Amino acid sequence: MSAAFHLAACYVLRHRIQSALLAGALGLVFALPLCLRVLIEHAQQELRARAAATPQIVGTRGSALDLMMTALYFKRENLLPLPFGALTDLRYNHSAAAIPLHVRYQAQGAPIVGTELEYFPFRGLHLAAGKQMTRLGDCVVGAALAKQRGLQPGGHLFSTPEQAFDMAGVYPLKMRVTGILTSNGTPDDEALFVDLKTAWLIEGRSHGHDDLQKDQSVVLKKEEGNVVGNAAVRMFNEVTDANIASFHFHGDVSTYPISAVILLPQDAKAEALLAGQFARSKEQQLIRPRDEMDALLTQLVRLEGFAASALLLTATAALLVTALVFALSFRLRQREFATLEDVGVSRVSLISVKVLEVLIIGLAAAVIGLLLLKFSSLAAPYLLRWAL
Amino acid sequence: MPAPTGLHVSDLRFAYSAEGFRVHVPQLDLASGKALALAGPSGAGKSTLLRLLTGLLTPTAGRVSLGAAQMDTMTHEARRAFRLQHIGLVFQDFALLDYLTVSENILLPHQFRGDVVTAARTKMLELTQRLHIDRYLDKRVSHLSQGERQRVAVARALVHEPQFVFADEPTASLDPARGRIVVDMLLEDARRRGACLVMVTHDPNLLPLFDQTVRMEDFATA
Repeated sequence: MSAAFHLAACYVLRHRIQSALLAGALGLVFALPLCLRVLIEHAQQELRARAAATPQIVGTRGSALDLMMTALYFKRENLLPLPFGALTDLRYNHSAAAIPLHVRYQAQGAPIVGTELEYFPFRGLHLAAGKQMTRLGDCVVGAALAKQRGLQPGGHLFSTPEQAFDMAGVYPLKMRVTGILTSNGTPDDEALFVDLKTAWLIEGRSHGHDDLQKDQSVVLKKEEGNVVGNAAVRMFNEVTDANIASFHFHGDVSTYPISAVILLPQDAKAEALLAGQFARSKEQQLIRPRDEMDALLTQLVRLEGFAASALLLTATAALLVTALVFALSFRLRQREFATLEDVGVSRVSLISVKVLEVLIIGLAAAVIGLLLLKFSSLAAPYLLRWAL
Repeated sequence: MPAPTGLHVSDLRFAYSAEGFRVHVPQLDLASGKALALAGPSGAGKSTLLRLLTGLLTPTAGRVSLGAAQMDTMTHEARRAFRLQHIGLVFQDFALLDYLTVSENILLPHQFRGDVVTAARTKMLELTQRLHIDRYLDKRVSHLSQGERQRVAVARALVHEPQFVFADEPTASLDPARGRIVVDMLLEDARRRGACLVMVTHDPNLLPLFDQTVRMEDFATA
């Protein structure tokens, strides 16, 4: 057996490229369905965990999936905004704690989430460095984002305008980083959090500028209770101790937009009551992320089944092709095997040589497949974040 | 009664097909330690006879005895085992495995017998030195010239010190000087160890070196 193994190993090792290609192709084909399973398993776990940790979400009536993706993954879906007044109503008229979310803007690709301080303990987020946001224009940064951008408390980040040329004159806001959050392994790690007022400031509903009373040359017109400045008025794109007093809001704050509200009902009864109440609402909807995610994952599993069937078919074809490759290879090497027969090598030894060659290639393919599987399980969180 | 030695053939008949090439050897005997040259023109059946003697072909009728082994009655597997243990073969086309090194090719019979011992390695070194291929031991045979490959084939045939050595034109790819070295070595080795040597050759100059010469024209019938 050792002679047969030696001969088989020599053949495989001395035809490295050919053997590596064959083993690689085999490993890849057989690992793909398993990698797919690993990725989907991970996605299911992570998506379900995030959904399960969020009891209920309220938003304007429309796509429940969009609402869920906005509230859980900070996706900028085309949601109709919910008026801020709805939050007040939820807090006073329903027996549930409510956390608002404003998800619309980004800071160089990272979502800016406008919320309130209750969001952090709700998601198990603590400060790893620095302090909480205390002033308009402050932000705290998720662990992964801070690491990726090298952000520290005291640093700054600019919001990204929605359009390159914003005729409304909404300028990028230079935000002060006051704290870095601990990691919780969710999209929170890659977001930056601001107060709702800061989110509205980015949106242009609030602004700060030079005092029009001091410089009359920049006054365009005076109305009752209102002074209108001209284009020469210097707008502030950063909130500082010196200019914070000049920042002010226009209009009725209760009409200001928020994207969604996370509801934390006190108990199952309260949860059921809330669901019943919102079922009748024509403007708003209440979703249970767990149910929505289950529906989404059911579709995903169906897709996986389809993909797995296709991959299984490919694997069968690959197996047949491999069998053909080996059969052709052995046929081409008939003279070599005849030589071994002539020398006196037994039929059993000859079969052993062939079987061992197949096994060595198979083993190499298995190792490659396992490495791919390991890689896919390591890469799964990153792939999921990237996909989301 | 002592165990029979040497090579004995009686009334050996073989035909590739009913109307094809035929060989008939009424009687052929070769004592241990003796060398036999098989001479004759191309297509006369020298290689066929060699294959019959080594058990690579099964005779239609007649007897082939190598020592105590009755080759014509043995199974294929038994003949293989016998070849591995007791026969050294030099093929016309060398029959080497290109992806193995010189030393791996030479020690192949030992590998499959499971006895690659120091003695085998020493014997290999001695043979390769005499054949001037010792510096190629770790080189793949695919990188060698025809002459060098032929000498590797000769070394492989002798390394396990077989009782019977069969060589099919082992000097065909060699210049006269190197050819003579190879033939002298085969003869010396057989005589020293008391082995039988059967060699197919086209070269009439080599025939006087052998104890016996058989001309195939006497046997082969088309």
